[in-house]
Amino acid sequence: MITLNGKQESENFATVTELLEKRGYRREIIVVEINGIIIKKEDYDTTAIKDGDTIEIVHFMGGGSVAFR
Amino acid sequence: MEDKLILNGHEFTSRFILGSGKYSLELIKAAVENAGAQIITLALRRAQGGETENILDYIPKNVTLLPNTSGARNADEAVRIARLAREMGCGDFVKIEAIRDTKYLLPDNYETLKATETLAKEGFVVMPYMYPDLNFARDLQNAGAACIMPLGSPIGSNKGLCTKEFIKILIDEIDLPIIVDAGIGRPSQACEAMEMGAAAVMANTAIATAGDVPAMAHAFKRAIEAGRAAYLAGMGSVVETGARASSPLTGFLHD
Repeated sequence: MITLNGKQESENFATVTELLEKRGYRREIIVVEINGIIIKKEDYDTTAIKDGDTIEIVHFMGGGSVAFR
Repeated sequence: MEDKLILNGHEFTSRFILGSGKYSLELIKAAVENAGAQIITLALRRAQGGETENILDYIPKNVTLLPNTSGARNADEAVRIARLAREMGCGDFVKIEAIRDTKYLLPDNYETLKATETLAKEGFVVMPYMYPDLNFARDLQNAGAACIMPLGSPIGSNKGLCTKEFIKILIDEIDLPIIVDAGIGRPSQACEAMEMGAAAVMANTAIATAGDVPAMAHAFKRAIEAGRAAYLAGMGSVVETGARASSPLTGFLHD
């Protein structure tokens, strides 16, 4: 079980690259953070995803505090 | 000599910073072009996956991206967002927004200062959004801020320069660009800020919610340019009481 963008996920992914491909992320416009640590793009292929990891995948969108949650 | 806005050594000829919220993606490109803006603010949010297009696809490549830390409630969250944004590979600029008041969206000056200190040390071009207070502006300057971004009125309110007198104090006393951010609702208000000596104006809602978005972006561009030109020209003096004739008071036909 991992936590992806705040949600529990039961699907397993071997690496960051596998996760991005399976979920349709464009790697050039996103940044990945695992357990609070930013993963460099060149490390996506080799970074393993482990049970219990908390993963955030973010991108830019329009706005500022006007888009306050 | 060309008149430039300089932020930590980065030079800009436009003094209009455009916010990117509340537009459709098609309109954002037209707004950028009509604004003549060289700096655009962006927010960082969770990506759901499967998105085919992104705002980055619509912003001209020569425009400097200014990620903001919107959504951050304190310095730690702002720092985290700034680091994630820099990893996007779009430069070192960051606009700090540290806001825990959800009604008026007023910035938390103390948390903003802590984030500014940390991020300036990490080499960011730090542009802090703040409540206009002279002592706090000095603290931000000492912490390594590239400019000061005082609010004109609450974010998205379009109420204009409610804090005018306090922004004036910052312009007079702080040796950094003062960029009026938030609440500017009309071109005339943007022009007034520039006439006062503001280094730039940031606007979003006023343009994004206009009837004709590209036309309003262009109106703001011209107002900001006019205000800057007037500031550089030096204002004529005000006569508090009475009047001052603009031609000699002699040689009248009735003399």
